[in-house]
Amino acid sequence: MAAPTLDSSAKPQQITMAKAINAGLRAAMDADPKVLVMGEDVGKLGGVFRITDGLQKDFGEHRVLDTPLAESGIIGTAIGLAIRGYRPVCEIQFDGFIFPAFDQIVSQLAKLHYRSQGKLKMPIVVRVPFGGGIGSVEHHSESPESYFAHTAGLRVVSCSNPVDAYWMIQQAIDSDDPVLFFEPKRQYYSSKAELDTSITPQPLHTSRVLRSGAHATLASYGPSVKVCLDSAAAAAQDGIDLEVIDLRSLSPLDLDPVYASVRRTGHLVLVSESPGEASLNSEIVSRVSQECFYSLQAPVLRVNGFDTPYPPSKLEEDFLPDLDRVLHTVDRSLAW
Amino acid sequence: MSSPERWTAARPDSPAATAATPTAEQVIAGLRATSEGGADLVQLLTPEGERVTHPDFDIDIEPAQLRALYRDMVLVRRVDRESNALQRKGELALWVPLLGQEAAQVGAGRAMRPQDMAFPSYREHGVAWCRGIDPTDLLGIFRGTDHGSWDPIEKRFGLYTIVIGNQVLNAAGYAMGQRFDGKVGNSDAEGNPAADDEATMCFFGDGATSQGDVHEGFVWAAVYDAPLVFFCQNNQWAISEPTERQSRLPLYQRARGYGFPGVRVDGNDVLACLAVSRWALKECRRGNGPVLIEAFTYRMDAHTTTDDPTRYRLSDEVEEWKLKDPIERVRAYLARNGLADAAFFEQIQEESDQLAVRLREFCVNIPDPPPDRIFANVYAEANPVLERQREDMLGYLAGFGGEH
Ligand SMILES: Cc1ncc(C[n+]2csc(CCOP(=O)(O)OP(=O)(O)O)c2C)c(N)n1
Ligand SMILES: [Mg+2]
Repeated sequence: MAAPTLDSSAKPQQITMAKAINAGLRAAMDADPKVLVMGEDVGKLGGVFRITDGLQKDFGEHRVLDTPLAESGIIGTAIGLAIRGYRPVCEIQFDGFIFPAFDQIVSQLAKLHYRSQGKLKMPIVVRVPFGGGIGSVEHHSESPESYFAHTAGLRVVSCSNPVDAYWMIQQAIDSDDPVLFFEPKRQYYSSKAELDTSITPQPLHTSRVLRSGAHATLASYGPSVKVCLDSAAAAAQDGIDLEVIDLRSLSPLDLDPVYASVRRTGHLVLVSESPGEASLNSEIVSRVSQECFYSLQAPVLRVNGFDTPYPPSKLEEDFLPDLDRVLHTVDRSLAW
Repeated sequence: MSSPERWTAARPDSPAATAATPTAEQVIAGLRATSEGGADLVQLLTPEGERVTHPDFDIDIEPAQLRALYRDMVLVRRVDRESNALQRKGELALWVPLLGQEAAQVGAGRAMRPQDMAFPSYREHGVAWCRGIDPTDLLGIFRGTDHGSWDPIEKRFGLYTIVIGNQVLNAAGYAMGQRFDGKVGNSDAEGNPAADDEATMCFFGDGATSQGDVHEGFVWAAVYDAPLVFFCQNNQWAISEPTERQSRLPLYQRARGYGFPGVRVDGNDVLACLAVSRWALKECRRGNGPVLIEAFTYRMDAHTTTDDPTRYRLSDEVEEWKLKDPIERVRAYLARNGLADAAFFEQIQEESDQLAVRLREFCVNIPDPPPDRIFANVYAEANPVLERQREDMLGYLAGFGGEH
């Protein structure tokens, strides 16, 4: 496979999310020789999803490291490399395999800046392909982002489209804080979007209104954003006007646009694939009810994965939030 | 030491024990003896203070250098005893004693060059001393005013790491960086590393060797030829668990399975620790890393000030190890050979008294940090959520009119 470099003429072009992240990594590596890419199979193979395709060929084995098969090792050594002045971008092959690294992420990566009173910076990005809907075996479809949003010292973001993916990966690499970067894997190749590299992107830790509407607000991130947009399109045919917000940043949350929206619509439905108990969505419910108490015409409702392990893939359609569940929940809210 | 066969020779005729071999009398007495390191133990100064030679690791050392090592160990022990006493007086919440491990830490610490990096666990007060960390800078951790106050990059000494084994991987990554930066393998024709070549030393205990992170650290350092010296202080105990609970094999022999040399050194012999560490660091700088050193030593005091070792070990074992004291043997050697006079020993004593006074005074005068320190440095970049929480907290506290 040829290295998916961006067309050198800077005119807008149609690219997939996979290619957008690749191009973003490439741009970051071009800009700073201290940026390293490391992970299992990221070199020769270009990663199991080919996100790092061609990078090792172009930047060499010392900048794109095929690491031993040990996730704690990936994060643990990235921390040492960061102390040494590098900016590692680590790939965790699948969401369900981040847990061997959980200790290094929570105990060291998240805390070293604090523990060193600001003397050690941790400019490390941990890329995690996440979410379900790909018909895979267990441990390959999970949504563990709430664990990390719960952890002080980490930043957590998720992209929902190729254009954001291109900019957000570069902004994450630019950050002097550790960033958990959640990529909706089922959208890597599902669609293309027009990327114009000449624009100035919005700041990393901001959410965005993707569609404005007057009757109710949908807020979501990662793979569920598309579900929300599709739901809004369907609802429009029934004369229901839904606003859709892509949260983008999961820690810190940027909820001002959500508050502003709820103050207008009075109804909020949150959508995420992760189990809902003690999750990001629970946090958003709490904050919205505090900030918008008198504007709400119904309690904030949620469409989440169930509080079960991710089911066998024959059952995942019933597990994952889809258009019907979203619209059903919107109806419940509007009828409250 | 070039042939792998030599690295971790199995010696069926005199098997080295995981901890050590008990004598027949000790077995009869029901004692778990830990005092013999086995045939592979590298030793240059016996417990009686006799200088012995070793075919692979020997060292030329000036009397002045030996006196300096003695001074280091005495002062480090004094810091340890004084801090332990400060805990007893309620001035520190906790102390982690290094008593008995002075030679291992000073030998390793003094083998390092300024540009080398060290990653400690939590008992490495002696290594900290050698890296130029003022002992007063250790106190905040144990008084509860900070999590470590030195600059790890300036001092080339990482933060104390309490999660067992974590620092081993961080050290492996740092050492990979040294290699990527071209700071390894620039030796001259005689094989002497360049003046600015670097290596890393990583410190952990016998208990830590069971952790996955340590295993992964061995794997990573090996496959990336990282200039990393794994310095394992086998002090025979992981809180209440003896080394046999961690390994069937003597720890230094594990190195062979990962493809690098492992050496067991008498961890109570500062000369041997210095010699073996220097050799290991040089191997690393030359591009032949990593290396595992097992410093065979003993934790003479409790695990921490909250521990009660009488529940799990016999005082006879401690008595046995007292005969192997790391400082006494150097004192005996210096005195017997006329390398130090009474005035020298007195002067060190006086210096150590002064250090103790300075430590005490510093400790009791450490101010409590201001409340909003809670929020300082969680992130390198601004975070609106925390900024808001900080303001809320300060507003709440202000409501008490400074009385809170
Ligand atoms: C991951 C982890 N588990 C448990 C502990 C609690 N703990 C602190 S020290 C210790 C024993 C460590 O023994 P060893 O590695 O031999 O080091 P030593 O204390 O003897 O220097 C334990 C179990 C810890 N700090 N970290
Ligand atoms: Mg121990």
